[in-house]
Amino acid sequence: MKLRVSRRYVPLLATLFVFVAIFCLGGLQYRAFFSLRVFTNLFTDNAFLGLCAVGMTFVILSGGIDLSVGAMVAFSSTLIASLTQLAHFLPFPAIALVLVIGLLFGLAQGAVIHFYKAPAFIVTLAGMFLLRGLGFVINLNAIPVEDPLMVKLSTLGIPLGEKASLSFSACVLILAVVATAAVLGFTKFGRNVYAIGGSELSVLLMGIPLARTKLAIYALSGFFSAAAGVVFTIYTLSGSAAAAMGLELDAPIINAQSLAANYTNEVGVAGKVRFLKNIADALKKARCPSMNRSVTPISLWNSFLPRLNGRVGTRIHFLSSQEITLRISRRRNS
Amino acid sequence: MNARLRRLTSLPLTWPLVTLVCILLFDFLFTPGFFHLELKDGHLFGSLVDIVKNAAPVMIIATGMTLVIATGGIDISVGAVVAIAGAIAGVLVARYHAPLLAVLVLPLIAAALCGAFNSLLIIGFGIQPIIATLILMVMGRGLGQLIIGGRVLWFRMASFEYLGTGYLLGLPVRIFVAAALLALLALALRTTPLGLFIQATGGSAKASRYSGLSVGLVKFVVYTFSGLCAGVAGLVLTANIHGSDAALVGTYIELDAILAVVIGGTSMNGGKFNLLGSLVGALIIQSLTTTIFTKGVPVQFTLVVKAAVVVIVILLQSGEFRRQLAALVPRRATR
Repeated sequence: MKLRVSRRYVPLLATLFVFVAIFCLGGLQYRAFFSLRVFTNLFTDNAFLGLCAVGMTFVILSGGIDLSVGAMVAFSSTLIASLTQLAHFLPFPAIALVLVIGLLFGLAQGAVIHFYKAPAFIVTLAGMFLLRGLGFVINLNAIPVEDPLMVKLSTLGIPLGEKASLSFSACVLILAVVATAAVLGFTKFGRNVYAIGGSELSVLLMGIPLARTKLAIYALSGFFSAAAGVVFTIYTLSGSAAAAMGLELDAPIINAQSLAANYTNEVGVAGKVRFLKNIADALKKARCPSMNRSVTPISLWNSFLPRLNGRVGTRIHFLSSQEITLRISRRRNS
Repeated sequence: MNARLRRLTSLPLTWPLVTLVCILLFDFLFTPGFFHLELKDGHLFGSLVDIVKNAAPVMIIATGMTLVIATGGIDISVGAVVAIAGAIAGVLVARYHAPLLAVLVLPLIAAALCGAFNSLLIIGFGIQPIIATLILMVMGRGLGQLIIGGRVLWFRMASFEYLGTGYLLGLPVRIFVAAALLALLALALRTTPLGLFIQATGGSAKASRYSGLSVGLVKFVVYTFSGLCAGVAGLVLTANIHGSDAALVGTYIELDAILAVVIGGTSMNGGKFNLLGSLVGALIIQSLTTTIFTKGVPVQFTLVVKAAVVVIVILLQSGEFRRQLAALVPRRATR
């Protein structure tokens, strides 16, 4: 019994392990890295990525994929910036509008995928083109957001001791993660999502509402990526249609384990966000922007771990490969 | 008549061709001079040649991608492999002044190894194709930049540049490269049961294994070939600009290639494939892009138009949508 529980959490533990390892590595090398402030900043800096990952969790659990999330972030941020800055909308109606658009867009994608039996990969790819394009149609430039309420939101936070505070974006992320974990773990809808990922045919034969669930899954993904766009706008205080390129592929990285095993837990998703961000942070400290890309895939080694059944030797090797990469990139930059 | 029409609409190549013809018809009607071909200095010039020329890299990659998708997998690392092959070729030319044969062969070996690496992850560790190839996709560009040294490497080597910019018999060389690759593959599919094995693997890997087929070997061949194709495309693209830019060369080419394959009528569920369809798919994407450019559509609308056409193609390929459409037509006729 005990063994079974631990196996279920192997991917999560692996992620946590890597997170702690990298955090310690950063803490040992750079002064002030090992602080509550850096830790809470991980949440703030990655709230938009985390929100996308939360939405993507539903999609990937059901065996699909949503490539449009990065474009949705860019589109939403451009739209909010344009509405508040150029059309003089109040921030909250603008945010509400963006969230509704996200929901409806996801719903439309889900409808095409479900009713016309089109591959999710291609439909959401078209969605990505469309949203990127629409973002550019709205405005080609990055627009600074100066609305006082938005500025206030970006500085709002729950103070946690001196210097550190949990920002509004971070709270949104944590709230979303908790809510999603509750929905997936304790509701009928959540169980249906897992069931669709298991076998769509069985779901249909069992009389589970396939169409409704599938549409809801993609609508949720659209909604969460629009919310990510909102958080992104608050975080950067600007809207740009060229923002968040390639994000759609970061979100599945975070979710890699759920793709592999068709189960996940929301804590795992949040853990991976922190972990990815950690790598990015350590790299920023090491001043190697262009090497950023070559180090990220280490997170993917995680997806090996459940397969390797936690052999200690491989874990050691796994850690050292990271150290090597970090060292290489540092040496090249010094 | 009706039966013949129904048979025609059920052919896999019909809908991609209809789409292509529609786009070209639009150009024929609304873009004067689109079909104009001219012989200058023994080279053929014109929008049509342009389309084929620019579609060639996607065609080459789509060739390999078709087989991968036919096994029920996907390879999203091809863009990164393009960058790696280009980087190696650039370094060989600019730093080591290697002979042409080495410049052509070594990057291709590296590209094939990249494909083999993907297949190792997929077969050996049982990771899903999308995640396994995602590893190389994210890592590859960084690797390419490491090889070059984090900048754009320019070089001059006439014999190598010929691959990207040269003309043979009045047509761009790269068209012949794409054709040769396709011919080789067609030969392999005709003379060996490879095609059958690929379809069997995609149809049901389990059933194939039980009937004695080495599924792992099939996947190894397919992913290695996909890497090789990406390498060829990388050489063409690098030779074309006589420079290696690992950060930017072939960005999003994996998406275009997958799009070409799916537009071409190959199901992403695997089990069957349509090579010619993939080529037509690549031509559709490129003629769409060329049309948008020649019509002078403002740049910010380019992606929107592309998305709209892709959606239409997706819908046209859906049997359900065609049934709904067919249900509309006779009702109107009887009224």
